[in-house]
Amino acid sequence: MTGLIGKKVGMTSVFDEVGNNVPVTVVEIEPCIITQIKSMEVDGYDATQIATVDKREKLVSKALKGHFAKANTKPKRYVREMRDFVPEGAKVGDTLKIDDIFRENTYVDVVGVSKGKGFQGVVKRHGFSGVGGQTHGQHNRERSPGSIGQASDPSKVFKGIKMGGQTGNNKVKVKRLQVMKILPESNLILIKGAIPGSNNRLVEVYNHG
Amino acid sequence: MEKLKLIEQTQTRDDLPDFQPGDTVNVHYRVREGEKERIQQYVGVVISRRGSGANQTFVVRKISSNIGVERIFPLYSPYIAKIEVKKRGKVRRSKLFYLRSLRGKAARLREKK
Repeated sequence: MTGLIGKKVGMTSVFDEVGNNVPVTVVEIEPCIITQIKSMEVDGYDATQIATVDKREKLVSKALKGHFAKANTKPKRYVREMRDFVPEGAKVGDTLKIDDIFRENTYVDVVGVSKGKGFQGVVKRHGFSGVGGQTHGQHNRERSPGSIGQASDPSKVFKGIKMGGQTGNNKVKVKRLQVMKILPESNLILIKGAIPGSNNRLVEVYNHG
Repeated sequence: MEKLKLIEQTQTRDDLPDFQPGDTVNVHYRVREGEKERIQQYVGVVISRRGSGANQTFVVRKISSNIGVERIFPLYSPYIAKIEVKKRGKVRRSKLFYLRSLRGKAARLREKK
């Protein structure tokens, strides 16, 4: 698994080489610093640990401060691991470049936190169709879930029944989005289609598969 | 936001003439038929321009064998080979959707002096 952490800039559209107008999301990859390289002998598996976005020193424990000091960087907010991947010749403290990891016209998965929608009813949250009418004696429950179970037998509501509740603001992974373009000098990557979350929010971009 | 503009700048082109709603234009459009590519001309009145940055589109309306036809073109599409402005129309609004309900002589536009 290889990937980097970036910031969602926003959406626009570009023309591909055939001339079709393709919707793209622009992600600005943050400078990702290698903070640790794990090896089979020491840790039991190979991996590269990357970190990005500075964090105030006051908020960091002494132990973590020492960990980041080894990589010669300030404490970071986001720490992720790329398992079974160690770039050739990489040292702790190096910054990974965008064109080390991603290639144009390949596919990526994007992990982000979706936009929060608050407490929502079943129509928005689960796609229930509602009652479907306002006439024929229908009272004031046009978006109600309807029955949530049986009567005295079983005398309870089964677990997992779809009901209203907090919607959005959860971790979402979108798989297999095409990389349309990479701009290494400005650290931007153009991904076809939409990705979760609002603009300026951090997302993790991984190579698919 | 500047970063989005940066990308949009790479998509725009500056070889297109300036035209407005009401103008009669000839759009030279590349059509691909199998392997071959040829240029199709589409002449009509621009009735709307919308969008900003790289995502602008315009609508060209013409009467083809007595049936009104409208085509939406992305302004910066690479399929557009050329745009010719044939006439500058004098109009008082930016969206000329009222032309849809007019026919023949009534659907003419006065020319800009």
